[in-house]
This record gives sequence, structure tokens and C-alpha cells, in this order.
Amino acid sequence: MKLKQLSVFLENKPGRLRELCAVLAENGINIITLSLADTEQFGILRLIVKKHDQAKELLEKNGFVAKLTDVVAVEVMDEPGGLSSILKIEEESGISVEYMYAFTIKSGEKAVLLFRFDDMDKAVDALQKAGLNILGSVELYQRAEG
Amino acid sequence: MHAQWNDRESLVHPTSAPDYMREEQLRTLQLQRLRAITKHTYDNQQLFRERMDERGVKPEDIQSLEDIRKLPFTRKTDLRDTYPYGLFAVPMNEVVRLHASSGTTGKPIVVAYTKEDIEVWNEVMVRTFACAGLHSGDIIQNAYGYGLFTGGLGAHYGAEALGATVIPISGGNSERQIMVMRDFGTTAICATPSYFLHLIEYAEKMGIDWDEIPLRVGVFGAEPWSDEMREYIEGKTGIKAYDIYGLSEIIGPGVGMACEKQQGLHIFEDHFMIEIVHPVTDQPMPDGEEGELIITTLSKKAMPVMRYRTHDITSIIAEPCECGRTIRRINRIARRSDDMFIIRGVNIFPSQIEAALLRIEQTLPHYQIVLTRDGGMDQMEVQVEVTAKTFSDTVRGVEAVHRQLSDAIAHILGIRVKLTLVEPNTIERSMGKAKRVLDQRS
Ligand SMILES: [Zn+2]
Repeated sequence: MKLKQLSVFLENKPGRLRELCAVLAENGINIITLSLADTEQFGILRLIVKKHDQAKELLEKNGFVAKLTDVVAVEVMDEPGGLSSILKIEEESGISVEYMYAFTIKSGEKAVLLFRFDDMDKAVDALQKAGLNILGSVELYQRAEG
Repeated sequence: MHAQWNDRESLVHPTSAPDYMREEQLRTLQLQRLRAITKHTYDNQQLFRERMDERGVKPEDIQSLEDIRKLPFTRKTDLRDTYPYGLFAVPMNEVVRLHASSGTTGKPIVVAYTKEDIEVWNEVMVRTFACAGLHSGDIIQNAYGYGLFTGGLGAHYGAEALGATVIPISGGNSERQIMVMRDFGTTAICATPSYFLHLIEYAEKMGIDWDEIPLRVGVFGAEPWSDEMREYIEGKTGIKAYDIYGLSEIIGPGVGMACEKQQGLHIFEDHFMIEIVHPVTDQPMPDGEEGELIITTLSKKAMPVMRYRTHDITSIIAEPCECGRTIRRINRIARRSDDMFIIRGVNIFPSQIEAALLRIEQTLPHYQIVLTRDGGMDQMEVQVEVTAKTFSDTVRGVEAVHRQLSDAIAHILGIRVKLTLVEPNTIERSMGKAKRVLDQRS
């Protein structure tokens, strides 16, 4: 069970992130969560949105380079140890994490961790076998909207 | 499918016959014409006569082709300084057409043609198109700009003289260009290479597949481009891309053209005499060695140009071409002596950056070279637009692309320069000639 994530290349210039958010907002696209990985030179913005195909098209039309990638969303209790147990499972299966980020959902008790692994299929398998709660897109959007 | 030797004549367009002239016959013809044009110019062009007199040289002193070295050079500044009509060598009532090229600064230069000059121009353009294997029955979309620029009308009348069908679409309006190409069944296009790259990008955006377009030949010129760019265009569209060479000062397009062997460009030597000299010392360079191309118009009457300094850097290929043409070739002009800039003591040409980028990306990304001055030191930055292909969503992936590009440039230049990945569409697009260098020094 994988999710589509939208990744966008950003130059480190003031105002670009705001412009991007404005493009999405003007077209009624709600950002469920986002994470920015940045270096001195550039940034990569990763977004989870409901209408990812439409969002990608919109951003491209507005001069951004955007790409859809698969990520996996795992729901855990928002308490210490939640992340490390997942990392342990993946480590034992010989899978490495390319990047991850997290957000807490509205009810407050639980958190959603988003992962990009080097081998996505194998990773999903291992997580499922370990009985973790992997969220599909519908469930994720429901949680996000409370 | 190999043509027999004695069948060749039937394959050659009749106008192209001079391309296959015997060498000694060609040299004899050149000398005859050189002597005649030297006399005509001496008698009718004041600037040339003054310079000849200063040197104590008379037209009769031209006894061999080597004697051309006795003649003074003509420079672009001479065309500017005599603006508009100062170099005309016939009375105005014999001039049937004027063209002008926009100087990047100040006054344009004006060039003139008699009726016979136009016929020569048409002839060399027919021979140009024949080099690309075009003939009557071809549909040629002429995307060179029409107007004062020589490219539009030069290609237009040449294509008509060939007997082909011309679509005089001119430059710009990319969507219409692609629609016309597809709907009219265009088989050949004339354009600047950078504009055609733009069309490739545009067609992709429109979701047009090149298989839907019967295009098989591209005649690209008016700006320096590289073999890597040619391979890219050919790979992407399945057409054969030919390099055409010309200058408004000399005649317009049709001074030289690549043949199907794609090993340099044939120069129509019976009308244009070529030399290579060292760009600084003016010493003649031997065949095969690089230097500045010097051209003398052997047939043009309205405005003959003697020993014109083109600033184009190339070398003469003396070996005969496999295509059978006996007129000599020059190597592709990828550099102009005035495009060169110096960073940390190293001579750099934009085409070198282009070659490095193509090597890594396989497609030519939009790029720009920005020159700045920092504490008295010239600095150079290469900005390259990120594309959907080169963008990966990990920091490591983007950094790897950055490193590859930066390494490839360092490998070619021998020095490392700053490279910045920028967002798409942040570098200005060109409709005509590409502007690759943004000079912010001063
Ligand atoms: Zn040839």
C-alpha cells in the first residue's frame, strides 16, 4: 500500500515556497502535509495532497519541476519508540530509508510517519508482516481531515 | 543501392555541377574571378582603393591565388563606418535589393545585390539544398525570419529555384509551426538550431510524436552549434540535421553547407574564396590548422567584400570528401573569436560548456553562462535548468547530477567553475539567435 507524494525542486530564493503554496491554494488544493529538505544550493519540497495529478500539472504549468514518487505512510502512537521499532524492522530486512518525515493527526494521540525506502515493495511487505498499520490514501485523507 | 560512377551525373542537380569541378579547373576559375573582382572593387569602392594605394598594390599585382595576401582585409567596422551605402560598387539603379543585419550595438550594416548577385545567391542556395538531398517535390518550411535579415528571403528564393514547395512561415509562433509541419506534410525545415530545440520542447508539451510529422531534413544555421547538438536533434526527431553556413556581409545563407557525409561543410569556392589566418598575427595557417576564416566574394558586384574577417574559428579540410564534391570543406564552426572569454587565464567558448552538458544529460538543457567581476577577478557561473529527467526527489540524487555536470565542465575546461541548478523557465528563451552569455562585468 503505497501513496503518491509530490516532490518539487526549489531554488533557494526567497518567496518561491510561498508562490508554490499560493498556486495550490488558488486552485483549491489542500496540502495535507509537507516537508522541505534543503541544502545551501537548493531545496526539495515533498508534499502530500489529495489531487496529486492535478497538482503536478498545475505546478508544471507554473514553471516548477515536479515529480510523483511512492512513499509509505505508517500510523503509530505518538509516543517514544514508535519510530525506532519501524527502523528496526527495516534494518532486519536489509532495507534502508532514503528519507522520512512525520506529522501528527488531528485527534492528537497518533502520528503518521512517511517513508521513502530504497526498496519500497519489500519494505511494505516487512511492515505488514510485523502487523503495523499502513495507511492507504483514503484512510490518510480521512485522518488528516479529522 | 550504390550509384555507379557514370550514373552520378544523373543524380546531381544540374545547378550543382560546379561542386564536382576538377580541382585545377576550379583554381583557374577562382583566379580569373579574383582578378576581375579585385579590379571591379578597386575601380568602384573608395575604401578599398585607398587601402590598396596606401600599400602600393595594384589589381594587376594579382597573378596567383596566393597573391590575395597582398590585399587589405575588410572588417565589420568598415561596413558600419561606411553606413549605409559606402561600400556599394555599382550605381543605385543596378541595385535590386537591400538587406540589413542588426548590429548588437549602434548602426546596422546594409548589404546590396544586383540582379546577377541575386541569381548567384539563388544558385548557391540550390546547391546548399542539394547537399541536404532536397529536390523538387520537397516541402520546405522556412522558419528563418523574413525581412531585412538575409536568412528568410535567401532560403525562400533558393528553395523556389530548386523547384521545391516553400512554406514562408517565418520565425515564431511555435504552436503554428508544429501544426503546419504536421498538417502540410513538411519534409524539410530551415531554422536556427536553438529555435528548433525550442520546437522540440514545444512539440513534447503539445504531446506530438515526431512519427506523425514527415520531416526528414533540418537546415540549421545562423549561429554556432555543436555536433553533440546535431546528434541530439537527430536522435530526438529522426531527421537528418545539416549545418548551413552564411553571413549577411558575404551574401547571406549559402556560403557553405554540410553534405550527407556530415564531415564538415563544403564551401562554394567558385563564388567564395576562403583563407585561414591566425586571429592575432594574421599569418596564413596551413590546411587542417585552426584560425579565423577569411572570405572574399568572387562574383558579387553590388557590394564586393574583399578578405572579410568573419571572426569564425575553423580549419580547412583539404582531403577530398566521400560524397564526390571537389569543392573543399571547412570544419564545423562551433566558435567565434569574439565569443571567447578568458577566466583565470583559460580561453573559454560557450560551445565547450554545451558539449559538456550534452555529454551528461544527453539532451541539451537550457543553460546560461554568467560572467561577473569580483574583486578584480573575473568569475564565471554556469546556470543549468533542472528538468523532469534530471530531477530526482532525493538530495543525494540532485547533488549527484550537480557533481556530474560540474565534473564534465571541469574536464573540458581544465578549471572548475561554479555551477548552479535553477528552476525551469528561469533562463530567457530565444526565438532567433541563442544568447548564452550574460556578461555582468564592468
Ligand atoms: Zn561532401
